[in-house]
Amino acid sequence: MKILALDTSNQAMSVAVMVDGQVLAEMTLNRKKTHSEQLLPTIDHLLQLSALTPEALDRVVVADGPGSYTGLRIAVTTAKTLADTLQLELVGISSLATLAAGALRTKDLIVPLMDARRQNVFAGMYQWLDGALINVAADRHVALDQLLAELALLKQPVTFIGGDVAKFRDAIKARLGAQAHFVDAVSALPQAGRLALLGQHAAPVPPATFVPRYLRLTEAETNWLKTHDDKGHAPYVEKV
Amino acid sequence: MSERELILAFESSCDETSVAVVENGVTILSNIIATQINSHKRFGGVVPEVASRHHVEQITDCINLALAEAKVTYADLTAVAVTYGPGLVGSLLIGVTAAKTVAYAHHLPLIPVNHMAGHIYAARFVKPLVYPLLALMVSGGHTELVMVTAPGEFAIIGETRDDAAGEAYDKIGRVLGITYPAGKEVDRLAHLGHDTFHFPRAMDGEANLDFSFSGLKSAFINTVHHADQLGETLDRNDLAASFQAAVVDVLVDKTMQALREHPVSQLVIAGGVAANQGLREAMTAALATQFPEVDVVIPPVRLTGDNAAMIGAAAHIELAKQHFADETLNAVPNLNFARA
Ligand SMILES: [Zn+2]
Repeated sequence: MKILALDTSNQAMSVAVMVDGQVLAEMTLNRKKTHSEQLLPTIDHLLQLSALTPEALDRVVVADGPGSYTGLRIAVTTAKTLADTLQLELVGISSLATLAAGALRTKDLIVPLMDARRQNVFAGMYQWLDGALINVAADRHVALDQLLAELALLKQPVTFIGGDVAKFRDAIKARLGAQAHFVDAVSALPQAGRLALLGQHAAPVPPATFVPRYLRLTEAETNWLKTHDDKGHAPYVEKV
Repeated sequence: MSERELILAFESSCDETSVAVVENGVTILSNIIATQINSHKRFGGVVPEVASRHHVEQITDCINLALAEAKVTYADLTAVAVTYGPGLVGSLLIGVTAAKTVAYAHHLPLIPVNHMAGHIYAARFVKPLVYPLLALMVSGGHTELVMVTAPGEFAIIGETRDDAAGEAYDKIGRVLGITYPAGKEVDRLAHLGHDTFHFPRAMDGEANLDFSFSGLKSAFINTVHHADQLGETLDRNDLAASFQAAVVDVLVDKTMQALREHPVSQLVIAGGVAANQGLREAMTAALATQFPEVDVVIPPVRLTGDNAAMIGAAAHIELAKQHFADETLNAVPNLNFARA
């Protein structure tokens, strides 16, 4: 199976080409350049280096959230368009699972996290079990304080992973002390090769209705719902 | 080899997701428009993040519907075109990303199109354009007088210094209790009332061709608030008529001034506000007395709003010039024509 895997949910962007379980090419870019400008050229470059054309692919695996809203949409739109237009299989994998998969050789609870501003994070809980990455607690948008309080109660070692962990490192250590472990700067970045591995056996989904998992309503919708009911409302989008 | 030139065009600059197939720059084979208006009505205006989310939901469906309705396949296409600005960056990025991906996957040239050029070229579906021509571009985001000196050659000769005309309609609409978007309803009320308030016509009669609508908007709001404080109720029809008269007077006067300074044989009225009856009537009347030889072209309502067919028409001109983009194409939210 020929897989293209892509992740633009973090500041770092990662793309990989995997054929029959082997990574043929992988590139992770961590410059502050827009994903929009560099994603498709990177895909093209890696496919060429792998001696593949886009139509030769079988499957596209994309990190579908949570993450930076605009960033997420770049990979998701590219993936769903590519899958639909070339009739490839499409698989969405949690971008937090993608990060968690970078924490190898640990029995710790793995907590991938991303900054969601105002002392909130997107975070999940994962653990390796017989070589498979298991989702222990669902990905969610949560206040950092609350997450750390919950983890403290668990009283088990926790490995934090993700490019944004560095900014919260002091707060995490203050709350969890020796319970908290950290990975090095290389493992902290998403690697699309791991994303491809996570997605190679997952069930494909229909591209047309595929959307990012933002894990958060927009502020405008949240405020509107305080005084209105969603049900029975006219369709929000209509073909005219 | 087929002689058909088929462009698959994308438009997602604001709150419409649209994909079209246009043949030879003049025939619309399909023009799928998914409008988010019911969604943004909840908030009284377009919320960018909500718009971006809807675009992702809609884009693939719109592509497939556009191809199916046009009865063409990817193999039949000549090129892919997309609006890359101006507009909301998050919205633009969905169309740009999808268009780039389709072009890449099918080895097709990618044509970047300025949204404003698209609005002007919507007129090409009405009749052939004669250059040089003058375009009055009026929408929720723009109010500009543009000289089109040759195919695809644009220069701004006048523009708004603050609010766009359509924006002013939405703001005063809110004061009248009209839900967003207010243009159509204000237009309707205006036809039931009279210009009794004589709001200011800003910059009218000045030597330049620029516009300003924020003073008019403030005068309107102050008038209503003042009456509220005195416990008076003003006639909504007259308020709407007075506001519309002020907007239309300035648009018509500046357009006539532009025609005096830049002789052309065609005037194109483009953008969402081109659907306004008051503007259409006043412009036609002014032309009949002052420039009877100038041919006014106003696209049908479906093509004055945002749609991808107009992007396909503008892309036809760019294709002839071989103006292509590569896979690094990015959204340019503040893209504009050069000032003359
Ligand atoms: Zn527009």
